Amino acid sequence: MSGILVYALHYEGAINKNSLGAVSEGARLAAELGTECHAIVVGDKAGLGDELVGSLGAYGATKVFRAEGPEGLSQPVVDAMAKVIGDNGHGYALFGGGLLGFEIGAGLAARLDAGVCMEVTNVRVEDGKLVAERPILKDSQVSDVHYRSDVGVIIGRLNAFEVKENGSGAATVEDVEVEYAPHSLKAQMVQRGEQRGADVNIEDADYLVAGGRGLGKAEGFEALEELAGALGGAVAATRAVVDAGWYSYSAQIGQTGKTVAPKLYLAAGISGAIQHKVGMMSSENIVAINKDSNAPIFEFSDLGIVGDLNKIVPKLTEAVKAKKGS
Amino acid sequence: MKICVLVKEVPDAAVEKRIDPSNGRLNRSGEKNLNPFDTHAIEAAMQLKEGDAIDVDEVVAVTMGPDTAVRALHKAVSLGADRSLHLTDEALAGSDVNGTGYSLAQALAKESPDLVLLGQQSDDGECYTIGAVVADHLQMPSLTQVIKIDVEDGKLRCERQAEYGYDTVLVELPAVISVGDAINEPRYPSLKAIMGAKKKPLETLGVADVGIEADRVGYDNARAHCTEFNAPPAKEPGKIIEDEDTSDTVEQIVAWLDERKLLA
Repeated sequence: MSGILVYALHYEGAINKNSLGAVSEGARLAAELGTECHAIVVGDKAGLGDELVGSLGAYGATKVFRAEGPEGLSQPVVDAMAKVIGDNGHGYALFGGGLLGFEIGAGLAARLDAGVCMEVTNVRVEDGKLVAERPILKDSQVSDVHYRSDVGVIIGRLNAFEVKENGSGAATVEDVEVEYAPHSLKAQMVQRGEQRGADVNIEDADYLVAGGRGLGKAEGFEALEELAGALGGAVAATRAVVDAGWYSYSAQIGQTGKTVAPKLYLAAGISGAIQHKVGMMSSENIVAINKDSNAPIFEFSDLGIVGDLNKIVPKLTEAVKAKKGS
Repeated sequence: MKICVLVKEVPDAAVEKRIDPSNGRLNRSGEKNLNPFDTHAIEAAMQLKEGDAIDVDEVVAVTMGPDTAVRALHKAVSLGADRSLHLTDEALAGSDVNGTGYSLAQALAKESPDLVLLGQQSDDGECYTIGAVVADHLQMPSLTQVIKIDVEDGKLRCERQAEYGYDTVLVELPAVISVGDAINEPRYPSLKAIMGAKKKPLETLGVADVGIEADRVGYDNARAHCTEFNAPPAKEPGKIIEDEDTSDTVEQIVAWLDERKLLA
């Protein structure tokens, strides 16, 4: 029996949504393979009570391994997962989307000499084995990835795995002692989860006007705020401009930011990288303004405008105001 | 100390990339350039070298790839690297992430760097994971997507955005750090540096030179094996407006929004 081991990330007393999705997906696949789905948590045990850890059972995990260790860093988790897989013979390690999952999965693949596939959007069972489907080349093709190693590492794309409470009650919790590798303890968390910039609520907005690097400078957001105001919505941003300090972290869409699905998503100066796309692709209507006609965002927008946003956005704001005022 | 910067040659962004149906590999022929994400890693190395927080003796650009990959090394050297190392061997062709990371780690081990820097992702493979693979082989602490590096008591104080906000992590050297593109604005090489790049030392190594086990690399030994390539479910192409007369463009946008009852 080769089970599936899912890494469950937690923070401040809650399990990460993408991890819950990965547990649900792991349980679905395990049932099809005729095996079990287990989960693993690593952190300060004081914050990992039986109730929180056992609650993964509701999503389909039958057992959860719990290891005391540093939080928010990938390498200690590599050590813990390598030990648990070594002791229990899991055939697959599964991760939900997110930064740590990428790091842990890659480190684990190196440690176990295992095949690894990231940005996976779907997993299926074929001849008693898992096959990962991964979009490549800016999502223009999907490739099937087969594993030819004892352990296969599958790292999901953000939001790829749906959270489903299809388990039967609480999971059993098993504490494991992990001897951490010296290098795993050479990175030390000084501060975790710092929020930068004002707190903005973008998840409840029906209308979002999002800005990217194409705005050219931080002041470019002023015009977007006016347009968002006219539409009755809020302003969102890409990771690039948040990292550059142009806009608030709490307004960030994408891989490490928020996932939104408003009625209207108007993207200004956003090229449409995969990391951004995964956070907004479920929006009902996507409008993009970009001066580069080859920008990937035009491939998944419903209305694309090739032009200078500095000319278009102010006029659009006036026109929206006039229309709504009429 | 010595900094090694991992660089990669990628197809120019303007060139359409394709899968070669005969072997299931990415067709990497055509116009090539240095992976744009790697220029940020070289710039980060140069800023450490030029700053006075830590003594940097040399910056070495390292790549793995076919003969043409030397162009990425020349570019890296023109941006400031002192010399470069080219790992190239027919046996390495078609290696997956696992095999590539292992091979690079073998080559790096020979250099014993105090710091390995790389860009957060490659422009073609769209994979963010080589740094973590290399770090596990070299048994060094590692962090990806770093957007700020400060030297503090001989350690690196790194900032990055993770799942729950910004994290600050203190990392001991030697370490493997992959940097995000927000970390700096890469410089442009001077004409003199471009002309002089080919004169800087360039060492070429094969699998035997760095002790790479042949059964761990190459397409046939890939642990993750890509087979079928399918087109994703097609999406109706959206309407495109080329802005020529902005008033007219705006009128069309408003009409489009109004049709979908988005201006109620």
